[in-house]
Amino acid sequence: MTENILPRPKMRSGDALLRSASFGYIGLLIILPITVMIVRSLQGGLTALWADITLPQALFSLRLTIVTAFIMVLINIVTGTATAWVLVRYSFPGKQVMDALIDLPFAMPTIVAGIMLVALYGPRSVIGSFLQGHNIEVMFNTPGIILALLFVTFPFVVRAVQPVLIELDQDMEEAAKTLGASSATIFFRIVLPSLMPSILTGAALSFSRALGEFGSIIMVAGNIPFRTQVASVYIYGEIESYNPQGALGLSVVLLFFSFAILLLLNFIQYWNRRHEN
Amino acid sequence: MTIAVRNIAKYFGSFCAVDNVSFNVEKGELVALLGPSGSGKSTILRIIAGLETPDRGEVFITGRNVTELTAQQRKVGFVFQHYALFKHMTVEKNIAFGLEIQKRPRQEIAAKVSELINLVRLQGYEKHYPSQLSGGQRQRVALARTLATEPAVLLLDEPFGALDMKVRQNLAAWLKELHDKLHITSVFVTHDQSEAIEISDKIVIINRGRVEQMGDAHDVYEHPGSKFVASFIGQVNVIDASILDNRIMIKDTRHSIDNISDIPNGNDIVLLIRPEDITLEEKSGERCLPCVIKQIHYRGSFYELDLDIGGFIIKALENKNSFKREQWKQNQQAFMHVKHYKVFETEEGHNIIREQLRQLGYIE
Repeated sequence: MTENILPRPKMRSGDALLRSASFGYIGLLIILPITVMIVRSLQGGLTALWADITLPQALFSLRLTIVTAFIMVLINIVTGTATAWVLVRYSFPGKQVMDALIDLPFAMPTIVAGIMLVALYGPRSVIGSFLQGHNIEVMFNTPGIILALLFVTFPFVVRAVQPVLIELDQDMEEAAKTLGASSATIFFRIVLPSLMPSILTGAALSFSRALGEFGSIIMVAGNIPFRTQVASVYIYGEIESYNPQGALGLSVVLLFFSFAILLLLNFIQYWNRRHEN
Repeated sequence: MTIAVRNIAKYFGSFCAVDNVSFNVEKGELVALLGPSGSGKSTILRIIAGLETPDRGEVFITGRNVTELTAQQRKVGFVFQHYALFKHMTVEKNIAFGLEIQKRPRQEIAAKVSELINLVRLQGYEKHYPSQLSGGQRQRVALARTLATEPAVLLLDEPFGALDMKVRQNLAAWLKELHDKLHITSVFVTHDQSEAIEISDKIVIINRGRVEQMGDAHDVYEHPGSKFVASFIGQVNVIDASILDNRIMIKDTRHSIDNISDIPNGNDIVLLIRPEDITLEEKSGERCLPCVIKQIHYRGSFYELDLDIGGFIIKALENKNSFKREQWKQNQQAFMHVKHYKVFETEEGHNIIREQLRQLGYIE
């Protein structure tokens, strides 16, 4: 309302310049490449694009990407929330070190993460040969992909939940306690609803990060069509075999997912604010 | 429906927050735990509720030793200063929470919730979220939520502390009314003397983790048992004086306020005079001190006067009806008549008292 009453301050030329520059930069950096990619993917027409996407190998890689990312997200929600809980609610020696270690997967090149996992679970390692002896294949198989994704996305849920948990009003929990609620009831009915938006934010971010993960997966799972080939590896393969059109098709699909997640995140934030003061 | 606290003590590290506290709350009583912030009064309340574990001592509710029971098992109602409403639940869901925990039938819950909504006068707000309510409304929801489970005793931790003056007074009066209707045994914590005097049956004054005094409001106000109680229970003038020729001499003046015989000559003392025990006179008389009127503030139902006695400002309160405002001017010479005063000997030195009062913010 006040904007209508008060005269709008005149924008100085410096402000105008800065504003145009930042618009221009975002346009050049983000909007232009996206537009070019979408236009190029449509060069052969919608039917051709659809055909590229629905190739069995492409569809398989897409499905594998989404399924592994989804399983990873489910695990991350539990382990990430639990880790944040431990870091906020308990005090123990080595807490600072543990807190610092959580960011390591972000700081580390993901290909290095892949190499570490291969060294640990690979056929020639102690754990790897033990698992192989029991017919459990981790490397060059789906569990390996999930393991790699879990490693590289671990910080998302922890770091989303932790600050909210710190700020969480413990009076609510005490009030529930005096009303006779058990610890489990307090967690599921009082604490969890308050954490839900941040858990979902962390989950959405780790999901979108997992869609594009390449370095660690190529090390851990390789590039076996209809077995371990995820979307990003498929796209890379198409480029390598001089089929940019096929690469563009799946790229557009991944881009679509990213947009959908971005929208979801905005919705979560809006939903989160509805009970705020 | 009674509460008995026996010799409880609580340490936070080496800091003794509660030091050997005992008191009783009779059935249906409304008791105030009154003390300055950091005096340990909230900790005592939380120990009764089972939200803190005492290092020593026992708590009895309705004759039963509940010291080893968890907060869930004690069935006490607890109202928090900052309401502690469940933010993601509507008003009616908040109120129903305790009943749902007890797995009461759905119809019974609905009936009880609407009864309580009426009791706390929040009809029409059933579907609102706490963020859509004012502070006073939120605290009423919190009270309704607590009363829903029909607790044996009600504990309120600075229930009006986060509200502004006007809402606070209304809500305090309303709580008193509600208590008179329900007769639920209640303890509430406050640092506001007037609130305690206004609504409680009994006041327990807490200072530095100990019980300083207890009794009904009138008793504590009229017969303070210690300097601390006297200074804390109401705004009070603190005046340094000494005994000379069996007379009380105001420090740094040649004025005597009264004769005294039971304190040896030469001793230093502290006088405590309540502002409402001072009246302004034109002529001198018994228990009168010459003074100069520095300020006359209109405060609605009364006048607040700043009186200078030898460079020392004393506060006086005069009732609006009996005070003849037109008779007095600023910087006019007059006499202050002291109806009542209290003498405290300063064997421990008035520095200690002064320090105490300074911490409480009564003097600078």
